[in-house]
Amino acid sequence: MGPEQIVFYFFAALTLISAFLVVYIQNLVRSIFLFFITIFSLAAMFVFALADFIAVTQVVIYVGGVLVLMLFAFMLSNRELLSGLQQVRGGFKLGHLVGLLICTGLFFLLYSAISSVDIVNLPWIKESQPIRQNDNTIHQIGINTMTLYLLPFEVVSVFLMMALIGAAHLARKEKNS
Amino acid sequence: MIPLSHFMLISAVLFCIGLYAVLTKRNAIQVLIGIEFMINAAILNFVAFGQFDKIKGGGQMFALFAIVLAAAGVAVALAIILNVYKHFRTIDPAKIDTLKD
Repeated sequence: MGPEQIVFYFFAALTLISAFLVVYIQNLVRSIFLFFITIFSLAAMFVFALADFIAVTQVVIYVGGVLVLMLFAFMLSNRELLSGLQQVRGGFKLGHLVGLLICTGLFFLLYSAISSVDIVNLPWIKESQPIRQNDNTIHQIGINTMTLYLLPFEVVSVFLMMALIGAAHLARKEKNS
Repeated sequence: MIPLSHFMLISAVLFCIGLYAVLTKRNAIQVLIGIEFMINAAILNFVAFGQFDKIKGGGQMFALFAIVLAAAGVAVALAIILNVYKHFRTIDPAKIDTLKD
């Protein structure tokens, strides 16, 4: 096991443990900060899949955008809202057991699917030209964005503007109240 | 080189954790975080398979689009959650039941 594998499995364990804690911990602010760790270590795993641009985008958008948005939504709101959001009732419920059953069932379904397929010998993967470690993927992504994926790119830009207007419209204060 | 099946196993576990959060959490923000976990599990699979597609780069490009869509979704969802709190004084999805029969 080389250093590459050790670092990869370290980040994999960090991702899964922090994701589990996000779900397990009752305190909402703590679980948001743990979400930050999960997203960061996922970005590290993107690097191991030779997608460094995606990793940087993940850090910029999730850590710089989504997380700050979530924290601002709490901490800049009034204190009544913050304390109202934090109250969580503990205790064991039947719904949790059913949810756990569904999730473990789905996991074993996915696990049997993954272990039954011989992924490495699929025809399209065998014929494909894999990315090598010293390739310039950013160059390739730039060319692809402006040629093959131009239509999705434009649609995403219109969608982002719609989301911007929609979020601003939803979050504005009513004049009467 | 990390084997592909390990990426898929990790993303399967992450997806199941997200599904559990969506099914059982009594707080709309934590449900939203669960949805983000599921989206990120899908993105991890996209990226892991994308390393075998150098010319078209389908996996990496769609991972990028999925990240952007998830971020826009979170912005709108948080605005909706704040509005729901103003209206109902709670964000427990089980208690917002004025649409039921």
